[in-house]
Amino acid sequence: MLEIRNLHASVDGNEILKGINLKVNKGEVHAIMGPNGSGKSTLAKVLAGHPSYEVTGGEVIYYGKNLLEMSPDERAREGVFMAFQYPVEVPGVSNAQFLRLAYNEKQKHLGQEELDPLEFKDYLKEKAKLVEMDASFMTRSVNEGFSGGEKKRNEILQMAVLDPKLSVLDETDSGLDIDALRIVAEGVNKLHDPEKAVIVVTHYQRLLNYIVPDFVHVLSAGRIVKEGGKELALELEERGYDWLKNGNAKNTAAPAAS
Amino acid sequence: MVTEIANENSAYRSALRELTKVSGEPSWLRALRGRSFDQFEGVGFPGVEQEEWKYTNVAPIMRTKFTPVVNSNGTALSKRNGLAPFIYEETRDSAFVFVNGIFREDLSSCKGLSGVVALDLNDALQISEYETVIRESLERNANSDNNGFELLNIALFAGGLFISIPRGLNLRTPIQLQFVSEPVKAGAPAAVFPRVLIVGKKNSAATIIESYRATAEGIYLTNAIVDLVLDEGARVQHYKVQRESAGASHIAKTRADLGRNAGYDTTTINFGAALSRHDIKVTMDHEGASCSVDGLYMVDGSQHTDTHSVIDHRQPHCTSRQLYKGILDGKSRAVFNGKVFVRHGAQQTDAQQTNKNLLLSSEAQIDTKPQLEIYADDVKCTHGAAVGQLDDDELFYLESRGINPSLANNMLTYGFAEEVIERIKIDSIKRELDEAVLNRLHTSL
Repeated sequence: MLEIRNLHASVDGNEILKGINLKVNKGEVHAIMGPNGSGKSTLAKVLAGHPSYEVTGGEVIYYGKNLLEMSPDERAREGVFMAFQYPVEVPGVSNAQFLRLAYNEKQKHLGQEELDPLEFKDYLKEKAKLVEMDASFMTRSVNEGFSGGEKKRNEILQMAVLDPKLSVLDETDSGLDIDALRIVAEGVNKLHDPEKAVIVVTHYQRLLNYIVPDFVHVLSAGRIVKEGGKELALELEERGYDWLKNGNAKNTAAPAAS
Repeated sequence: MVTEIANENSAYRSALRELTKVSGEPSWLRALRGRSFDQFEGVGFPGVEQEEWKYTNVAPIMRTKFTPVVNSNGTALSKRNGLAPFIYEETRDSAFVFVNGIFREDLSSCKGLSGVVALDLNDALQISEYETVIRESLERNANSDNNGFELLNIALFAGGLFISIPRGLNLRTPIQLQFVSEPVKAGAPAAVFPRVLIVGKKNSAATIIESYRATAEGIYLTNAIVDLVLDEGARVQHYKVQRESAGASHIAKTRADLGRNAGYDTTTINFGAALSRHDIKVTMDHEGASCSVDGLYMVDGSQHTDTHSVIDHRQPHCTSRQLYKGILDGKSRAVFNGKVFVRHGAQQTDAQQTNKNLLLSSEAQIDTKPQLEIYADDVKCTHGAAVGQLDDDELFYLESRGINPSLANNMLTYGFAEEVIERIKIDSIKRELDEAVLNRLHTSL
């Protein structure tokens, strides 16, 4: 589904990603872990096409196409979704309006039926149950006045509505209490199926108790320095990221998943 | 030079002659009209050398040979025909219609307004109780430092309307003042002079919708004055929706005088006209009054819109809120000048003022000047102005959900306008404005 080859990216002239290699297949859940500043959020944003991040080298192939040549909205319509670490408030546009427009843009792109406001309301109601969101959130402006947890749930609601093939969750666990974390994670798990893939970007192992990864990749200073299965996350939790800095990384680093 | 000015104003002068000849107006009013016209001839229309008119050049109005409309010639409009699209669902039985500035009782409906006094100004002047109020309002208006437009309105208004909301009446049905411009037969551009006085008696409550539309595109001048006098504890919710023809000039003054504990909330929408200027002045000369003075202007092409707002805190314990937003596209230009005065002794004043502008084109231009003048020491006042483009993070957020950049732009622009529109409590107006904004953006949501 996705193959990242020797990806380099900069922001404001500073190179953040220094050669990332990663392969993601259908049905897989990958975790990207790493200390602050390692570049894991940058990787998520580059995949979504954030204009502040400049790709300076390498390529990203998504279903045989060059993802980096696609605009952010094209990527989304092609099934790439990023859950934002800091979801943006959009005053004056209701959640329902926003979601219906986004949904219909994708449907149009795929040559499938668009939904009118009434039809969409029913569709949305179903999806909202998944993240235990009250109907009142649908008429409110997008994320405006939402609590941190509500914003993150709203991200997963968007994911449910748009039904992406590849979901990138950028620090979705940050700022969540344990109940919200459980709701969000259960939502993600329910949406997962063998045709889809998920990349979970996180600093902590905590989220991975709920969304169990098939592969864990550890980023440090813009490179993947260690890879393994879900047990690697536990090991990191126990030993801390400093453990990698002390020369352990090279010894155990597996080659990029292939 | 002198003859030239006389020639330019000759149409106005003959209109004045016609007015004073025909109507059975009280002598004080005739004298006032004459005096005001003389003053107008003295000062002329305001020029850009005056601070208050620095950014708004009314030379096109001065140059155009308008024909003032001072009496009610026929109209092609009827209640069933032509008017219906302008009347809101909520005001079907409470709409006062003016054609070219002249109140038309035959086109108006006031079934839904039992208890409310609503009279043609001429008729109201025959009743001494009302005459006193009207005289006070007109003369006080004439004695202040008026500009040429206000003077001309006093001289030439005809067929105005007087509304009084009786003491203690909580009027649930909103009142619509619908000003319709219709091409005059002679084909010459019309100058119309609407004039309305609204009195809210003690502890009354009412909603007023003041709306300007045209039956056809064309050049004309609307020069309107609406006065509101609110007694103790009276409340008025006032919406002004200006959607004049694209060729029109719209010059309007709104003046609200608030009594003790009175409340005045107003939202002004400026979408239409080639040139529009709105002066709004809220005076709080009694304790405990409060107001919110909001607005939205949305212009494109070569439109010019100017809002001059004065909120005058003259007594303690008064509150004011102001949110004005502007959306400018094309080569349009907007002016916002918002003065908030806190007079000596007006302690415990609570005033907030915000003006936010969205520039959608690099050729659009805004001149904004929020002004706070405080002469009291125990007050809570804030003000600010912002001018900017759409937020990149918001755009990316929408795009990252599959929404194309142009639709994302339009959604955010719509959202920007919504902050003002969503506060409106009349559903039909809200719907109308939503639609108007989206049409402007050539989009639908």
